[in-house]
Amino acid sequence: MTIATLDHDTLLQALRRVLAEKDIAQPDEIAERIRITDAGTPAQGARMVARAWCDPAFRTLMLTDGARAAALLDIPMRGAPPLGVLENTADLHHLVVCTLCSCYPRAVLGYPPFWFKSAAYRARAVRDPRGLLTEFGTTLPAATALRVVDSTADYRWMVLPQRPHGTEGWSEAALARLVRAGDMIGVTIPALA
Amino acid sequence: MDQDEPRAMHDIGGVPRFLCEPVDPSPHSLTEFDRTVDAIRQILGQKQVMSVDELRRGIESLPEATYFGLSYYERWLRSITAILLEKSVITEAELMAAATAP
Repeated sequence: MTIATLDHDTLLQALRRVLAEKDIAQPDEIAERIRITDAGTPAQGARMVARAWCDPAFRTLMLTDGARAAALLDIPMRGAPPLGVLENTADLHHLVVCTLCSCYPRAVLGYPPFWFKSAAYRARAVRDPRGLLTEFGTTLPAATALRVVDSTADYRWMVLPQRPHGTEGWSEAALARLVRAGDMIGVTIPALA
Repeated sequence: MDQDEPRAMHDIGGVPRFLCEPVDPSPHSLTEFDRTVDAIRQILGQKQVMSVDELRRGIESLPEATYFGLSYYERWLRSITAILLEKSVITEAELMAAATAP
């Protein structure tokens, strides 16, 4: 029997044991890390978007230095790569992909979704982005330019979507509830339910 | 890029093989396996045992059939194991002993 023949559950179990024996990763450290990672959700990014829609100074900061803007809202950014924020307008829409793997603004959006990591998304986002968007139910006006941005391990991107019409006077919390992960990657557009 | 230029298997932006494949936008929950592998990688990074770039090298050097045959976090586990063995952080004997222990 060799390592290559072990099934993945057995291999993971063995690795956990060895890392614990060597005091590299104890079970309670792993549990704590899972708890922290699970707490990073798209609700974090949605709070940034809602604040940017309500506060022009925050919007400027967010477009200049996304990581500082996130930290200002108490989103933990320690150890995270720099965060660039791309502003959608009536004339220009942004779509984020990682063609090489799965780089994703995890600090503000949480774990990357399954589709973001898929070969189909990675291959098609840079070749047929408008066709790809229709599979998410998104049809861009022909006059809106579409810019596709490829993430890297060293620099992450999120999208600042346009504020939907009909939300004038809404509270920041209500606005934040409108914003989904896909809106901040550019596969969908925030809309009133 | 020149269409005929050879590309690494993970460099799949625009490659014809996947252009007709639909994207499944439905939500998928992570399993306990997925979360655990992810957490271990983060801890190894924080303790400077292994970097993200090393994780990527381990994934990108999997044989192509293995790369496309494994789930996302199975690739991570294979890479983490290979890199830790390569750096002598762990040994094959330790891993096999742990795998066969009751």
